[in-house]
Amino acid sequence: MNFDFSDEQKLLQQTARDYLEANSPLATCRAIFEGDQSYAVDLWKGAAEMGWQGAVVQEQYGGAEFGHLELAMIAYEVGRSLAPIPFGPSVYVATEAIIRFGSDAQKNMWLPKLAEGSVIGTFAFTEKPGQNGPSRADAAVSGGKITGTKMPVADGADANVAIVAASEHGEIGLYVVALDSEGVSRTPLDSFDMSRGQAQLSFDGAACEKLDSADEAGIAKLLDVAATLQAFEQVGAAERALEITREFILGRYAFGKPIGAFQAIKHRMADLWCKIEIARSNAYYAAWALANNDPELSTAAAIARISACEAFEDTTVEMIEFHGGVGYTWEYDCHLFYRRAKLLSSSLGTPKYWKNLLIDRLQAQAAA
Amino acid sequence: MDFNDTPEEAAFRTEARTWLEANAQPLGPDDEGRNMGELLTPEIVSTAQAWQKKKAEAGWACITWPKELGGRSATPMENVIWNEEQSNFKLPNDIFSIGIGMCGPTLLTHGTQEQQERWIPRLLSGEDVWCQLFSEPNAGSDLAGLRMTAVKEGDEWVVNGQKIWTSGAQICEWGILVVRTDPTVVKHAGLSYFVVNMKSPGIEIRPITQINKAQGFNEVFFSDVRIPDDQRISEIGNGWSVALTTLMNERQSIGSGMGIGALEDLVQFASEIEIDGEPAIDDSQVREQIADYIVKARGLKNTSLRTLTALSKGLPPGPEASMGKLVGAVLQQEASSFAMDLAGTSGALLDEEATPASAAWQERYLALPGLRIAGGTDEVLRNIIAERVMGLPSDARADKGIAFRDIPSGPPS
Repeated sequence: MNFDFSDEQKLLQQTARDYLEANSPLATCRAIFEGDQSYAVDLWKGAAEMGWQGAVVQEQYGGAEFGHLELAMIAYEVGRSLAPIPFGPSVYVATEAIIRFGSDAQKNMWLPKLAEGSVIGTFAFTEKPGQNGPSRADAAVSGGKITGTKMPVADGADANVAIVAASEHGEIGLYVVALDSEGVSRTPLDSFDMSRGQAQLSFDGAACEKLDSADEAGIAKLLDVAATLQAFEQVGAAERALEITREFILGRYAFGKPIGAFQAIKHRMADLWCKIEIARSNAYYAAWALANNDPELSTAAAIARISACEAFEDTTVEMIEFHGGVGYTWEYDCHLFYRRAKLLSSSLGTPKYWKNLLIDRLQAQAAA
Repeated sequence: MDFNDTPEEAAFRTEARTWLEANAQPLGPDDEGRNMGELLTPEIVSTAQAWQKKKAEAGWACITWPKELGGRSATPMENVIWNEEQSNFKLPNDIFSIGIGMCGPTLLTHGTQEQQERWIPRLLSGEDVWCQLFSEPNAGSDLAGLRMTAVKEGDEWVVNGQKIWTSGAQICEWGILVVRTDPTVVKHAGLSYFVVNMKSPGIEIRPITQINKAQGFNEVFFSDVRIPDDQRISEIGNGWSVALTTLMNERQSIGSGMGIGALEDLVQFASEIEIDGEPAIDDSQVREQIADYIVKARGLKNTSLRTLTALSKGLPPGPEASMGKLVGAVLQQEASSFAMDLAGTSGALLDEEATPASAAWQERYLALPGLRIAGGTDEVLRNIIAERVMGLPSDARADKGIAFRDIPSGPPS
């Protein structure tokens, strides 16, 4: 038994950390908040040169074919650095969907470009407030043309291709839509986390291609994979937020001593540490299930997602609180984490949604 | 990342399983882990001793301990495998958890060869049961503030004072004891560590009745108890450092023995209970609350897999081991309260016949406050994580740098 990442995987993680520390300090994230670019273009290209976008793409399609455990390590570092790039939507969902469900022609068409980063992919599955999953879609397909509106779509203004959930003959399926096609219009939306773009996509008879093998179970599994990988991103970001908070409370003095010496803060720091470790362990287990194609992924991914969302969000809430007044300023970095936490727990469906899903799945397991 | 055995590990597992199958009964679905504070009848004690002896004779007792002392000199990974295999069998009450889990490792770390040869073989084979004499009425979380005194007279120490929360003191042959040998120095520096024979003249044991009426713990009174100096572990004044070895092993063993698996039963429990004619499990608040509990319980289980991996690589149990008890105990307490609430007005019962499904939760709810305190309160554990894991400053201490006898101890009671 070895419930840990291998030395090679940890080395890859260290390489990713070194690269991101040099190329994606928090100032890079902040620059997207404050500037005109919607994502860090150079960083995206650099990541592609490291093979990250093609981490699970087969070599025949130009991918690095590292594997999902390696991608989990990269995701962790992307999270730690709050890298302002469309990594999750493009890599965990769009690329994964085409690998899982695409025909040879679709793979040949999209995977090499996704792997080299010249194409950004995204996932368009919800349409209006209150929705969490792709189980309902008013967007409809008829005769190879899609009509309807999707929002919010992560990085929808920058993406080149979208995997869109839509209904045809009363059934939900996934469709590939090239976003430069005729009949596609995009409206950027203001994002809660300005380092990550959001948009509305409207389709008016735009050409689309079905991912034929994406049935209901397949779509659920795609989201489980994405939730697992994103959990690593969340745990990585939570760990960094806790480190920054620790540094701050050691350096900030009040009543003659560092505020980190007060139990009112120490004990809450210990609780956050526990939450992050719980989330980390749950993410590990989901990664194991993913890499081994184990049916336990359906519950493990939900568990990983729920604990990762809560660990990251709770850490950032306390991060601002422990910083005191300065934590509430634009100038300090706390809000970069605070915003990213909520962004990641909203995308892919909220913890509330996944908790209900988890109980459904546990009940199904017990009945089987 | 895998859960597979190497060929050597697989061979070891087969050997372990084969022996267990020949010598123990498989675990049934209703067999639960040990309950803190269960009454130790002579029958329970002799069954446990017989099992331990059987293991020792076959070389399956305390397998990581040195072969020369009766162990197997097994690797940490082999120990992980042995524990996994053993957990599939119905075993007698573990009356040796303190001796084997805490006293033995302390003796192996700090005892002389002579001391190890004197005590370890009989401890390992179950002939002697051991207990721990650390806490005092005025020294719980502040253990180093303990007041029991030991004064040297020739080759002996004369010990006076009171210990408390000693599990199983009546059935024990030996106990590990921390006492104050020098009140004129700062509190941590004045302690020494001894092994005491529990049948010594001057020792009186009184059971304590817990809130659930169980009597797992005792008060132990020492009146002029004489302990030979050759039963002292490590140097005079080094008792605190030896005690820390014991405590770290204690948290590890309490944390790993928690029955968080029971939380998964909440799904079934809430399916059978109805709220306004509908199964409680169909209520989204109920679903989400149960999901929260299961997510944490699985998180602890998965963390223990990470800890096992570290142990199997020969890394020591770190302060991280404190997390299992900190998170797990309050989790079980909250989940038990939630299950009682699901039972509606029947939560007012503790009647196994009238409400068999919820009685176990009510029992747990009464047991859990003790688990949150035993082996370090939640607050002490948070301090340990904050200070030793996260490197945050230690608490300001009013007794720092002061000779023990000058430390304020509160108004007389």
